[in-house]
Parts: sequence; structure tokens; C-alpha cells
Amino acid sequence: MTVRFVANRFGLFLLIVLAALTLNFLLPRMLPGDPVQRIFDSLMGYSGTFTGDSQAIVDRYNEKYGLNLPLWQQFFNYLGDLTRFDLGHSIQHFPAKVTSIIGVALPWTVVLLLLSSLISFTLGTVMGALIPWPGTPKAITGSVPGLMVLAALPPFLLGIVLIFLFIVVWPWFPAGGGITPGLQPGFNFEAIVSMVKHAAMPATALVFASTGFWALAMRGMTVSVLGEDYIMLARAKGIRKSRIFFRYGLRTAMLPQITALAMGLGNLVGGAILVEAIFAYPGVGTLLFQAIGAGDYFMLQGLSVVVIITTGVALLLLDLIYPLIDPRIGAG
Amino acid sequence: MTTVSSSSQPVSGRLVEKTSSAISFMNDNRSFAIGVAMILVVLFIAYIMPFFIEADDARVGAVKARLSPTAEHFMGTDTQGRDVLSVVVLSISQTLKIAVVAGGIGTLAGLLLGLIAGYFRGPLDAVIRFASDVMITIPAIIILVIVSANIREMTVEIMAIIIALVSWMGAMRTIRAQVLTLRERSYIQIAQLNGESGFELLIREVLPNLMPYLVARFVMAVSVAVLATIGLEALGLGPQNSYTLGMMVYWSQLYNAVLRGMWWWWSPPIAMIVWIFLGLYLISTGVDKIANPRLRNRNS
Repeated sequence: MTVRFVANRFGLFLLIVLAALTLNFLLPRMLPGDPVQRIFDSLMGYSGTFTGDSQAIVDRYNEKYGLNLPLWQQFFNYLGDLTRFDLGHSIQHFPAKVTSIIGVALPWTVVLLLLSSLISFTLGTVMGALIPWPGTPKAITGSVPGLMVLAALPPFLLGIVLIFLFIVVWPWFPAGGGITPGLQPGFNFEAIVSMVKHAAMPATALVFASTGFWALAMRGMTVSVLGEDYIMLARAKGIRKSRIFFRYGLRTAMLPQITALAMGLGNLVGGAILVEAIFAYPGVGTLLFQAIGAGDYFMLQGLSVVVIITTGVALLLLDLIYPLIDPRIGAG
Repeated sequence: MTTVSSSSQPVSGRLVEKTSSAISFMNDNRSFAIGVAMILVVLFIAYIMPFFIEADDARVGAVKARLSPTAEHFMGTDTQGRDVLSVVVLSISQTLKIAVVAGGIGTLAGLLLGLIAGYFRGPLDAVIRFASDVMITIPAIIILVIVSANIREMTVEIMAIIIALVSWMGAMRTIRAQVLTLRERSYIQIAQLNGESGFELLIREVLPNLMPYLVARFVMAVSVAVLATIGLEALGLGPQNSYTLGMMVYWSQLYNAVLRGMWWWWSPPIAMIVWIFLGLYLISTGVDKIANPRLRNRNS
């Protein structure tokens, strides 16, 4: 892995994040209407009529937030705020800072997403490779239709079904939340058990819904690897079957899976957002759901910035790991 | 596994060979047939069933609330006094409308951008590809949320247009890749030597060859759009005054249908969504086999 390669990828990452942030900045401003007016209108909707000069208040806030400045100046203010990790104040939880609220929620989401995607990626890849492999038990080969159903299911719908089965019908798991109320998250036995119990259902929903996707993609790639000459050669040399499967089959067929992981990261994050909202899991997704409900404009903007940057960082890491798996990439 | 090879049979007329290969294709392509059948069922429910149900029962307060399924209300009623069956039936056509319009706009935009990127290459290609990379990087739901949260009143039509925003990248990439290989083919180069040029060449010579890919991408875009609309609606950003499957999920969540044990309320939209997804998925794998003949001989 050369310095140039890393620099290139990092440059691309910066460009993509910058473009995404620009989009995040421009989209709300391109739409008709005035954001402050919008918030004001919805507040009036909650608390009845207001007889004073509402336009004066709107103008005042526009000035305060710098929304009356020319667009380019607003943009530089926005970028400047971002470099100072300043995303403004939440409207819903005023006067809490958007960054501090997200800071509390982010670890929950990262852990949930990391664990569930690791499990489903491994499980799905190994299963998908086994399906077309000669000598695989019927139990695994026959799972294709089931996997197809799972791949077709959006994870949050699966989540609803899981709530019904394991919280309503058989109340084995706690209904929503991230930890038993009153317990502090920390590295003691009681807290960890409670957190695992709370995360089990959302994680299951995410794992199930994406295992099918990985398995189906992997199956296709394994089929084409099976036809390669080097597999036949390995067989002819009498190499142990398990070694052929892992080192010759799985390893080569897996490469496109890693690319797919990079491509599907956005969807993964999107799926997790909805799953969290369904389970009221104390992560970024639930925050987003609440912010939408409350019309918390700054919270929404802040959340999208955080999600975009997090996805970008994950992609960058994936890009940097890739040459370690496929030596052909690093050279180029 | 079951490769019916036509070459090993004695040549007994072209017609016989053609029909037998068609049959073997349908046999191979069972997923396509099943998928089409599944979607036909959906279309039946969406467009024929409304004639047999009481559409008025889908309005809030039209019937007695919170009834479990009875002879009168096959699928029960919800907490706001709506007949679940009526709501489901009316919802499907709206969800399909959003998905097909969004998928259609997305595919057309992707086609246009893919043609431009693949044919003209150069800086235009770089810009289009970069835009697509950015759109793929950002979770689609975030873009959708940013846009929808800023719209005052969501309708089914606006929803479709917003979702088209996130469903053009797949078509663009496929079409671009195909144009890149097609433009090197000799018949294109001959056409070029014959004096055809630019977009005329694209439309007359390249486009017809892209049709199978386009169809495959359209089906995929529709299924992406279904996912996107359901997700947006479940977050509460859907058209509040229309019946859609996603809004059903949203209302049932809002009123805690699952925890209240009102399975007849939350399960029909989910079952319907899964059914639609599965049908579209089977069709798209089937169309993929047509677009990509190399896949035909693989194990299925």
C-alpha cells in the first residue's frame, strides 16, 4: 500500500463528503419557503394564534442565524461551524446542543450496526459459498427460497414481526429502549446483560434481513469460481477439501462481496435508522424519527451531517483495507 | 444442471428447435414466471378488488373501532374506525403508483445520463460518475428525509418525484458500462463511418441493444422505490391524506398496534409489501437471465 494510494483515497473521501455536505446545505435552501417561517408556523400550530408582528420576529431570527446573508457567505459560515463541530441547538430539546445529543446516541448506533453487519456478512458469505459447493448438506442447499424471502424483507418490517413474536406473544425480550431504566450504561455485568438483551431484537432484525442478501450474492460468485481451472488443479493435487473451500474458493469469490459492502453501506445505515425507530433504541435512528415528528430542523441537519461523515469514514476504511485482501489493487 | 442443449438434437426444422428452446427457457426461468404471477395477483387486488369493497369504510370513523376480524369486517377495524380490508385494497394502487412513477423517472434519468457519460466520456462522464458516487455514499433515506422534511404538504405525486432522486444511479451505471462496450463494436464504427453521428447514432444503433438491461433496471428501480416510499412513510414523512401501505404501517405503529395485539391491523400491509418485493425480485432475476445470457447455464 503506497502513500499515493492512501492520499488518493483520502482526497476522494474529502471530495465526496464535501459534495454531500453541500447537498445538505443547498437542498433545504433551494426549496420554496423560509425555514424560520416554517418553524414559526408549526410553533403557532401548537400554541394557538399570535397577534403581534410575526414578520418582525421571523426577520429577526433570519438575521440571527445569518439566513439573510448571500448564499456563498452562508455556505462558508456553515462550513466554519462544521469545522468547530458546531451544529447549532436542538429546537425540541432546547437549549441542548445538537452535537451533544448526537454524541450520546452515536455509540449505541455504531455498536449495533457494527456487530449486526459483521455477523450477517460472515454468516451470509459462508452460507452463500456453501450452497453451490459440491457435497454441502441438503439442509443448507435447500435454504435458497428462505434466503430469498429474507433478502426481500426490509429490516424494519422484520423488526415489527419480531416485536410481535418475542415481545408480545412470548415476552422474552424487553419492549424497546437500550437499557433497563435506572441502570447506567457501563462495563459492569448487570448493565451489559441488560444492553445485550435490549439490542438482541434490533440486531436480529438487521442480521436476518441482510444475511439473505449476502448469501445470494455470494452464491452467484462461487458458481463462477467453481468453474476455474485452479480449483480443479487443487483437487487434482489432493489438497484437503476444507482448505480448497476456504483458501481457494471463499477467498477469491469474496472480493466482490467487499465491494458490495462498500456500495451497500448507505442502505445498511438507512435500514438501521428505521429499525432503531421501530424499537425505540436510543441511537441516531430514533433521534431522527423524533426530530422529524417535532420538526426539529437543526437536529435533522446535524443528524444528516453525522450520518454522511460516518458513512464516508466507513467507506474510506473499507477502501484502505481492500488492498490487503486483494493485492492486485494496491499496485494501481 | 438441466441444460437442454439444442445442438445435440438432430436438425429437424428451425421451428421445433425454437419452440423447444423457448420451453426450456421458461423452464429455466421459473423465477420469472412465478414473479409475474405474483405481481398479477397484486394488480388484481389493486385494480379489480376496489369494485367489491366499501371504499367509504376506509375513512376515519366510518366503522366501529378496534374490532377483530368478523364476518362483516374480514380483516377487522383499526383504532380510528377504518375497515382494514378497505384500507389495504385502496393503499396498494397508491404505493404501486409511487413506485412505478419513481422507478420510471429514475430509470429514464439514469438512461439519459448513462448514454451521455458512456458516449461522450471525458469531463462530462467524470461529473456524472462523481454525482452517482456521492449519491450512493449518502444513505438514500437521509436525502429523502432532508427533502421531504422541507415540504409542506406531501402528496403521492411529490413523493414519487422525490424518490426518483435516489433511484437513477443503478440504471446510469449499467447503461454507461454497456455503451462503453457497444461503442467499440464494429457495426457502430461502420455507422460512424457512414456519417451518422452523435445522438442520432446513440438513439438508432445503441439504444435498441440496451432494452433488456433497461427493463431489468426498471424492475429493480421500482423495487428500490417501494422500499424508499415505505421507509419514508414509516418515519412519518408520507402523504398524510392518502392511503398507502407505508402510511398503514405508520398509523399502526403510531397507535401501538403491535403491542396492543391488533395483529389484523399491522400484518396485512407487511404481508403485502413482502409479497410485492418477492414478486419484483423474482422478475428481476428472470429478466437478468434474459439480459445476461451467460447466467442461463448456471445452477438455479
